[in-house]
Amino acid sequence: MPLLEVKKMTHYFGGLRAVNDYSLKIDAGEVRGLIGPNGAGKTTIFNLITGIYTPTEGNVILDGESTIGLRPHQVAARGLGRTFQELRLWRHMSVLEHVMMARYSKLSYGLIGAFLGTSKRLKEEEESRQIAMKMLDMLEIKHLAGDSIANLPYGAQRRVEMARALATEPKVLFLDEPTVGMTPEELNQMMDIFRRVRDELGLAIFLIEHRLKMVMELCDRIQTLVFGEVIAEGVPEEIQNNPKVIEAYLGKEAVT
Amino acid sequence: MTYFLQNVVNALQWGSFYALIALGYSMVYSILMLFNFAHGDIFMVGSYIGFGVAAALVALSAAGVVVLPSWLIFTLTILVTMILTAMLGMAVERVGYRPLRDAPRASAAITGLMIGIILETGNLAILGARRVRFPDLIESVTYEIGGVYVTNKKIMIVVVSLLFMVAMQYFVSKTKWGMAMRAMAYDYLVVPLMGVSINSIARLTFAIGSALAAVAGILYGIAYPVLDPYMGVLFGWKAFVAAILGGRGSIMGATLAGFLLGFIEIFVAMVFPSTLRDLIAYSIILLILVFRPHGFFGEPYSAKLRL
Repeated sequence: MPLLEVKKMTHYFGGLRAVNDYSLKIDAGEVRGLIGPNGAGKTTIFNLITGIYTPTEGNVILDGESTIGLRPHQVAARGLGRTFQELRLWRHMSVLEHVMMARYSKLSYGLIGAFLGTSKRLKEEEESRQIAMKMLDMLEIKHLAGDSIANLPYGAQRRVEMARALATEPKVLFLDEPTVGMTPEELNQMMDIFRRVRDELGLAIFLIEHRLKMVMELCDRIQTLVFGEVIAEGVPEEIQNNPKVIEAYLGKEAVT
Repeated sequence: MTYFLQNVVNALQWGSFYALIALGYSMVYSILMLFNFAHGDIFMVGSYIGFGVAAALVALSAAGVVVLPSWLIFTLTILVTMILTAMLGMAVERVGYRPLRDAPRASAAITGLMIGIILETGNLAILGARRVRFPDLIESVTYEIGGVYVTNKKIMIVVVSLLFMVAMQYFVSKTKWGMAMRAMAYDYLVVPLMGVSINSIARLTFAIGSALAAVAGILYGIAYPVLDPYMGVLFGWKAFVAAILGGRGSIMGATLAGFLLGFIEIFVAMVFPSTLRDLIAYSIILLILVFRPHGFFGEPYSAKLRL
């Protein structure tokens, strides 16, 4: 049984068919790439699977259970973590607070615990802090824990976002163009981090990316999306040499 | 000098009411980007609920059913009224605001005005036009300290208000819900990805704001026992001014601005005829806002802050 399975998902925005008959199977530890030209519907697919939109047709099954109809916070608590194309951080909250916030659904202390500082609360908070620090360490930004987000350079902010997504303990991590705006050097560092995250936490990664170098090096399998439809799927070499993919990216001239 | 100190005491009490109400305004405004114009009327309803609870407890006690000491009646009145008013706040959120979360902000703002009118006229329909009198829960004792007269009620009002403000500050800065609230105030969209239900945080925000307004309502009833259905209107507007003056997202700011309003009003009335009080007081506040358009602790924020 795959960890995450999407079955024949179709979605309409009004009369516009944004996604057509999309299927996907991801196993634990796998890195899957989703490529395609702008406007192909990649982010829409992320939004559909993570519960921001409900698909018109089709099913999403995580760990054997359908997530259709669940609210985004419920899908997140079930184990789908995510980052966005643009940075979405909370100014004026510290780096550590960002990552601890991600532990919200794992904290079960009640109102009385909150005000009296019961041992349950202290224990939960301490555990939370430790996991948060572990994630920061994994992303090599542990030393920034106490800093305010607004003061960090862009690359570090990206890492905070990753650490925050990881702290929710996702089974599948959805990354929407995680290296956009990064220098080639930062890109290489991020790729190392993705591999480490996959190996140490054993999670699956589902990646939208425009930099083909990264997709080809990192992904086990790749899907190519054009106008909401998967036109090619396979291992990196297959995708690289697929005439349909080359056509979608470079135009028909390049093929003939 | 004693005249001055006397007015400081009065201003502290008056400021406590504004600050408690302003906190609820400020929280809803910061976290949900929503002007809950019904908040002044929730204060009014809180005061009436407090009246009902207190009167019932006093009557039970007098009839000998359960004889309670007055401090216990006071404590129970606060607790029960807070819970009931919090429920009202949650109902207002559910009925008036949640369906309009994605509607234009102006629609949500007039919702508040309409709910306010419904609460005022609903009160009139239920209790009629007569004014009600808040029971005397605390026997008044006046102390004289160096020529300044302070009643035990005034001390109690200021102390209880401060306690709730400190508790609020702690709640927002140290608990998981407070953290979620702060996160929501800055970027809404990713909050559910942390496993947080936006709706439950919105509900909680309204519940807490309303409970604090209820505390203000009871304390107000103890200081000025005559209640009427429109008592919340002007109070609401002024607390709203305090909330904005404090700066978006700042508990401390709303509290200080509430007290500042109390001080300005009382001291303007000390110098000028009291009929000119609000005219002059609010001209001063307008000037402050001209020079600090983001309030005391607010920061200039860009469109990116919010969806």
